[in-house]
Amino acid sequence: MKQNSIIKIVGISAYIVFILFSFINGFEPGKRIGENFITFSKGMLGVLPCAFILIGLFEVWVKRETVEKHFGEEAGIKRYVWAVLLAGTTVGGLYVAFPVAYSLYNKGAKLSFIFAYIGASAICRVPMTIFEASFMGIKFTAIRLLVSLPLVIISSILLGDYLEKRNYKIMKGK
Amino acid sequence: MYFLYIVTAFALLLSFVASRKKTLKAIKIAVKKFVNILPAFLTMLILVSVALFFVPDKVISNYLGSNNKFFGMIFASFFGSITLMPGFIAFPLCGILLKKGVPYMVLSAFTTTLMMVGILTYPIEKEYFGRKVTVIRNVISLFIALIVALITGFFFGEVF
Repeated sequence: MKQNSIIKIVGISAYIVFILFSFINGFEPGKRIGENFITFSKGMLGVLPCAFILIGLFEVWVKRETVEKHFGEEAGIKRYVWAVLLAGTTVGGLYVAFPVAYSLYNKGAKLSFIFAYIGASAICRVPMTIFEASFMGIKFTAIRLLVSLPLVIISSILLGDYLEKRNYKIMKGK
Repeated sequence: MYFLYIVTAFALLLSFVASRKKTLKAIKIAVKKFVNILPAFLTMLILVSVALFFVPDKVISNYLGSNNKFFGMIFASFFGSITLMPGFIAFPLCGILLKKGVPYMVLSAFTTTLMMVGILTYPIEKEYFGRKVTVIRNVISLFIALIVALITGFFFGEVF
């Protein structure tokens, strides 16, 4: 692990030096990469602080039993309805869904719920879906949702059960 | 976007009224989690900025418009997997490509992999769920995207 983080630090530093060098010397490709970086950072920094504050509040206020009841073993099929509803209101994208899913998992949500939630938040976030339909047509969006959502749920159940049977536990960073 | 700020502010206020201690704890948790994942985010942002330089919209448009629908679909799912684009760039781009005559199934492969398969988000996903689960999830997502694309093509009469 230590060697890995050294490589990471060297890589990130080299990147920063390269971008700075490009801006000072007017090296076009480097400048464009730097501009890409800034555009995307802005987009994410707008969302992430809010997302993490909501995660913090969730961890403090929501009881483990509540999560287990609705997203865990005893919830049955209903938990996938929850997964889709929760995903629909998720903002940003996968990069927000991962930390949310991780917190839910630690509070007792089933693995299959976690996968369904991540998959669904990739494909059926409400604002994105409306935006898509306005460019691609309702038929396109409807087909995409009606085909992908069941596949996401079925594959999540299969993957979750498979991993649970093997007593797989998610451990951060492993 | 504003909606998120309003919800967060309201939740914080509500929490603060209910218990100052718990709210402070929540903020501490938030900061700690955010700082912990920051290096992974930085890695992802670097990958994104470099990937978008080498694979700009124009290149994607060229490949997606290829004559063979099935090759187009394969290229589309490849580009969708290796890039990361917010919806407000991706869908207008697809709208333009659609008008240029790119088949629905190719665009479906592109948008669905863009949403579901994340090679660039790998550093973050791995950090939370581990290498194995991350790889499995992304491979499954790729297959789902291809199935979605084929069925889309079928309904728009492009397959036969």
